[in-house]
Amino acid sequence: MKIVVPVKRVVDYNIKPRVKADGSGVETAGVKMSMNPFDEIAVEEAVRLKEKGVATEVVVVSIGVQQAQDTLRTAMAMGADRAILVLSEESPEPLAVAKVLKAISEKEQPGLFILGKQAIDDDMNATGQMLAGLLGWGQGTFAGKVEVTDGRVLVTREIDGGTEDVSLALPAVVTADLRLNEPRYASLPNIMKARKKPLETLKAEDLGVDMARRLTVVSVAEPEQRKAGVKVGSVGELVEKLRNEAKVI
Amino acid sequence: MTALVLLDHEEGRIRKSALSAVTAAAQLGDVHVLVAGDAAVAQAAAAISGVSKVLHAADAQYAHELAEPLAALIVSLAGGYDQIIAAAGAVGKNVLPRAAALLDVQPIPEVVRIVDAETFVRPIYAGNALATVRSSDAKKVLTVRGSAFDAAPAEGGSAPVEAVAPATTPNVSEFVAVHLSESERPELESARVVVSGGRGLQSEEKFHILEPLADKLGAAIGASRAAVDSGFVPNEFQVGQTGKIVAPELYLAFGISGAIQHLAGMKDSRVIVAVNKDPEAPIFQVADYGIEGDLFEVVPALTAALS
Repeated sequence: MKIVVPVKRVVDYNIKPRVKADGSGVETAGVKMSMNPFDEIAVEEAVRLKEKGVATEVVVVSIGVQQAQDTLRTAMAMGADRAILVLSEESPEPLAVAKVLKAISEKEQPGLFILGKQAIDDDMNATGQMLAGLLGWGQGTFAGKVEVTDGRVLVTREIDGGTEDVSLALPAVVTADLRLNEPRYASLPNIMKARKKPLETLKAEDLGVDMARRLTVVSVAEPEQRKAGVKVGSVGELVEKLRNEAKVI
Repeated sequence: MTALVLLDHEEGRIRKSALSAVTAAAQLGDVHVLVAGDAAVAQAAAAISGVSKVLHAADAQYAHELAEPLAALIVSLAGGYDQIIAAAGAVGKNVLPRAAALLDVQPIPEVVRIVDAETFVRPIYAGNALATVRSSDAKKVLTVRGSAFDAAPAEGGSAPVEAVAPATTPNVSEFVAVHLSESERPELESARVVVSGGRGLQSEEKFHILEPLADKLGAAIGASRAAVDSGFVPNEFQVGQTGKIVAPELYLAFGISGAIQHLAGMKDSRVIVAVNKDPEAPIFQVADYGIEGDLFEVVPALTAALS
């Protein structure tokens, strides 16, 4: 079984995002970029399934600018076998990405897609669900555990009040939540090896996908900042303030 | 204009965030709600103030709010609606993007403010920025953040309940089991007070120190990602960018340093109290009241002081 894992290049998890002065977006120029953390978890899960003998090949795909090939190389250093870069404008919308992935699916015929549940830049949490919809496949979103057996995949999903188990026919789409696994660090020899792994470059137009945006950004602003309050010296003082100043207890 | 709100429920109760989605929908026009499964929930939905029709999908395939049948059902009903709306909880986030793809619409997740019928405000980058976006899609598909809209009153309405025919669903998914945490405490997302713990609680055993305090305050218990990852509490306790978004009247953070991903989930709380040993912990920058000290001394003292 082949597994396809889409990965996104985003502003690094540890960087505090800064809104551009003209309110057109968040500053990305000169900012450290990394693989979306949820996508690292997705790559790790696919590589583990290959190590267990469940998967035969792991293909990573990124849709975006040329520099996304760095993200693809990182995924290959973690253990993915090859990569496809689909060139498009910066940050395409989930609908367009899902359409590109559907076209990739027709080409690659995977048994499973594993995606990160959301990207930490636009926080959309939509691409996996949309891809599953377009393909007419089952979806196991927010996965905390994945088991492939007898042509089906059992997914333990993190839901509001606990967890839920669903069983999906293969092929299927799974989206990774935080606790699915702990992604490995790529070793230096594997980073070197990844440089020689195949990376194919396509254009979104060649796949016949309309990448036009449906959402126009009117403005991006900083949220109102909370001000630091006061430090109190004792529990008694805290209770007094909560009762008489904040009137909250 | 008419909106269709997917009203999610759990163990026979309508989620409070779903009532917030009704409030958001009412800002746009007439509100119909869709209830999948439980007939008693459909009856309860009829009484929600501001709802003019309840659509009830009684067929067994909808009982567990699985995405595949539910998205197909929404698509079969979508023709009559200008907006499809749900709360941005586990159900809405699972089902609505799938339905949107089938309708060839780009969904707008986690809306916190409706500017007009085309324009919506949503947080991005863990709430470090607020994006105002205008949609060119003829039909809008939105999930809305429960903490950003008041819940519609659960009483006062008397909408008719109409049964809807099942839609054709690809037979690709099966519900197996659900494991819900047993708790007498209020729901985390809608609690008036939240008592939250982080890595500073040190262990699963020591995390229980928060319970008597939560009992005193009638509070829900939350946790930082660090506490969940360390196994102190299960995943459904997590507050933050990728966990639950809460905005209680009072949020008490014990042993939580205050990473931006955690702040994203609680910084709209009315009053924030932080207790931490580290005077430099970023949580103090958003706290109204802070105590620099050992939470294992502060928590019992606070619990006693409230008796």
